[in-house]
Amino acid sequence: MSVDFSINGKAAKANAETDTPLLWVIRDELGLTGTKFGCGAALCGACTVHVDGQPVRSCQTPLSSVSGKKVATVESLSKDNSHPLQVAWIKHDVPQCGYCQSGQLMSAAALLAKNKNPSDAEIDQAMSANLCRCGTYVRVRAAIKDAAAMMRKA
Amino acid sequence: MTHTQTSRRSFLKTSAAVTGGLMLGFNLPGTLGEAMAAGTVHTPNAWVHIADNNVITLLSARSEMGQGVYTSMPMLIAEELNVDISQIKVAAAPPDAVYVNALLGAQITGGSTSVRDGWLKLRVAGAQVREMLITAAAARWAVDRDLIRADKGMVYGPKGLKSTYGELAEAAARMPVPEKPPIKDPKDFKIVGKRTKRVDTPAKVNGTAQFGIDVTLPGMVYASLAQCPVIGGKVKSFDGSKAKASAGVIDVVQINDGVAVVASSWWQAKKARDLLSIQWDEGAGAALSDASVIDGTRQALKTGKVLEITKPQGDVAAALKGAAKVVEAEYVIPMQAHAPLEPMNFTAHVQGNKALLIGPTQFQQGAQGAVAGALGLKPEDVTLQTTFLGGGFGRRLELDFIVQAAQISKAVNKPVKLLWTREDDMTHDFYRPVGVNQLKAGLDASGKPVAMHFKVASQSVTQRAFGLPKDTMDPFMAEAAVTGYNIANTQHDLVIHDTGIRVGYWRAVSHNMNAFANESFMDELAKAAGKDPYEYRMSLLAGKPRFANVLKLAADKAGWGKPLAKGRALGIALMEGYDTYMAQVAEVSLNDSGEVQVHRVTVAADMGHMVNPDTVEAQLQSSIIFGMGAALKHQITMTNGRVQEANYHNFQPVRMNEAPKIDIVLVKSTEKPGGIGEPATAVVAPAIANAVAKLTGKRVRRLPITAEALKQTAAA
Repeated sequence: MSVDFSINGKAAKANAETDTPLLWVIRDELGLTGTKFGCGAALCGACTVHVDGQPVRSCQTPLSSVSGKKVATVESLSKDNSHPLQVAWIKHDVPQCGYCQSGQLMSAAALLAKNKNPSDAEIDQAMSANLCRCGTYVRVRAAIKDAAAMMRKA
Repeated sequence: MTHTQTSRRSFLKTSAAVTGGLMLGFNLPGTLGEAMAAGTVHTPNAWVHIADNNVITLLSARSEMGQGVYTSMPMLIAEELNVDISQIKVAAAPPDAVYVNALLGAQITGGSTSVRDGWLKLRVAGAQVREMLITAAAARWAVDRDLIRADKGMVYGPKGLKSTYGELAEAAARMPVPEKPPIKDPKDFKIVGKRTKRVDTPAKVNGTAQFGIDVTLPGMVYASLAQCPVIGGKVKSFDGSKAKASAGVIDVVQINDGVAVVASSWWQAKKARDLLSIQWDEGAGAALSDASVIDGTRQALKTGKVLEITKPQGDVAAALKGAAKVVEAEYVIPMQAHAPLEPMNFTAHVQGNKALLIGPTQFQQGAQGAVAGALGLKPEDVTLQTTFLGGGFGRRLELDFIVQAAQISKAVNKPVKLLWTREDDMTHDFYRPVGVNQLKAGLDASGKPVAMHFKVASQSVTQRAFGLPKDTMDPFMAEAAVTGYNIANTQHDLVIHDTGIRVGYWRAVSHNMNAFANESFMDELAKAAGKDPYEYRMSLLAGKPRFANVLKLAADKAGWGKPLAKGRALGIALMEGYDTYMAQVAEVSLNDSGEVQVHRVTVAADMGHMVNPDTVEAQLQSSIIFGMGAALKHQITMTNGRVQEANYHNFQPVRMNEAPKIDIVLVKSTEKPGGIGEPATAVVAPAIANAVAKLTGKRVRRLPITAEALKQTAAA
């Protein structure tokens, strides 16, 4: 039995058992390793992807639940780092170890998709489920504001 | 000189890995440091690799774990090689004696040493290669070498003669290695000291950066390992039949540390692992609890062998006797887990008498040696490639998970990726040891301290990890014990107490306990003297300009002494660590739940020469937030030998909504470089504790300062 869905705009078919968390399907079956495993319990946000535009923790999302849906991972932002969030992340040199950053970027992308001028409180609301053990929060916040400004001008 | 030959051949011929594979015994800091530093001068080409096509690669002897070495290391080389940083590619160096960190005596990334170790070594290495290119060009063109210069990847001679570095590389490598090539005066630096974009950021914003967890090998299978809930426990017996029958499972194998399920996917392995039935022999660790560990450590201060941290000054006993006032206090720090976001993992492929290891480590030679030892291989037959590290903080100095991966691969005769769960990581860490500090000071009639007796008991990581003999001074326990304050009579005692806990180096190591104690105590002394904590400290720093300067800079920037918003207070702390002088001021309040909120941290740092000021700022931001978690939120507790914290719900690091504003003042300095990856972690805790004491009148002497801890603390 397989599950059909789309990933980053392309049709995908996964053969893993249907209770397999989407995270492991994306990483080990589809080979898209940008999405990371941090806690396996929806506590750290490293595995954040979009399902039909909503940010979800892919470690807690069974494969069966994405049948027919659109999944987007960090690889969907752009390969050439041209997405405003990637531009801003590079400008501010946000990542340190970098492990949580795919999740940070996907949470930020979901925020900016509906709010192109987020306040500090709105950024906290959208981003506080994403842990960063390196403490890059100061720069994440600055980069989100920069990316939002770029998107408002675009 | 053997290393030189090996390295020079590799400079020419080897693109992927230099395999010297010489294992050096570990030496404690300072014993072989200088000789090794001198030795590396003869082996510049172990770092710089110039291909015929003019691609320059730096093999970084230090692992990139977020601290920015893949940028700062090539900056040091580029400065003397006269190339732009963008012309240098960076790759991880293999295990080799030539890459030993002179400050630590082993190929280790840790101790905030990368820049301090590389500062001269890498500039000399870059200069040697530059000089060798010029000598090669002089020979090829038959012109005087004084007429030749190397710039931006091109070597220029008279009459329009020119050649790329790559075209000259092979000939250059045959030239004699200059012992003391000219290097720039720091005032002439074009690259070092300038804000430079990190070279690893682009790959870290589009999912292409390769961490250990992302490694794949042809035919690779996945493993999940069940370990005894009590660290050190062994398998008595197990029933793997249900696991073996589970979907995708290839094998169930026992290794030293537990039972591994190997499957076609990691999720299948993990699911099947949950079906294992294992009887454990829990061993002596089952008797441990965090309360007994702290009590035992406290008891050791009375009964253990006292080691001198530094020579006593004056006569403490007499000065205490004659003091107008005596102040005493005890401070305690609990165990901590490292909890880097990437769970422990490694990929191994053992074939016959050879092993290939790929993954995240802070200790390449250690991994090579440990796997060779465990599998009965020769170290030179163990190849290791280092990926990006998804955080380290000291956890990836340990080798347990690397050996496990190799043992599992050997057992199933396939390439294996071993990946731990977060729960595995939290419950099988090498924990920061508890520390119990007891301080006693005598003040004269004016409130000035005339005597200080500092005592600390804790556990030695160095004994466990590197076989430091019992009852011998461990320099990694004495950090920040001696302060910069002028006090006439002082005594500093260390008692090393083995609690039975498996302990490890944790970011900032013993600076954490000693600075928390010293700087909390300094505020208590100021209070006893009726003085302002900032003024009191400053009055004790005559003739200590670097201490006094950062203290003043932080206080001024933070607005010390000026009115604050209602319900807020400031606390200050000062420390020298890793050759860096640092002061922090924390501004705090309490929220409705009685939890401490940190609104702003101001930090002033004098770390001598900086390589990349932007990375310096990032490391300050990072280590302050890391230290805040340990100061206010999380700890490791233990019952019946079982760690009680399992994941980020009951071990909660700081999140974005709790992250303070961080104001940074960097001192322009021409002193030798200091380390910056760690010290701020240790300074933020006493700064916060002092602010909380000021705000609430309650002195919490045990971390973390939770709402519960505050509730239980009587007003001082």
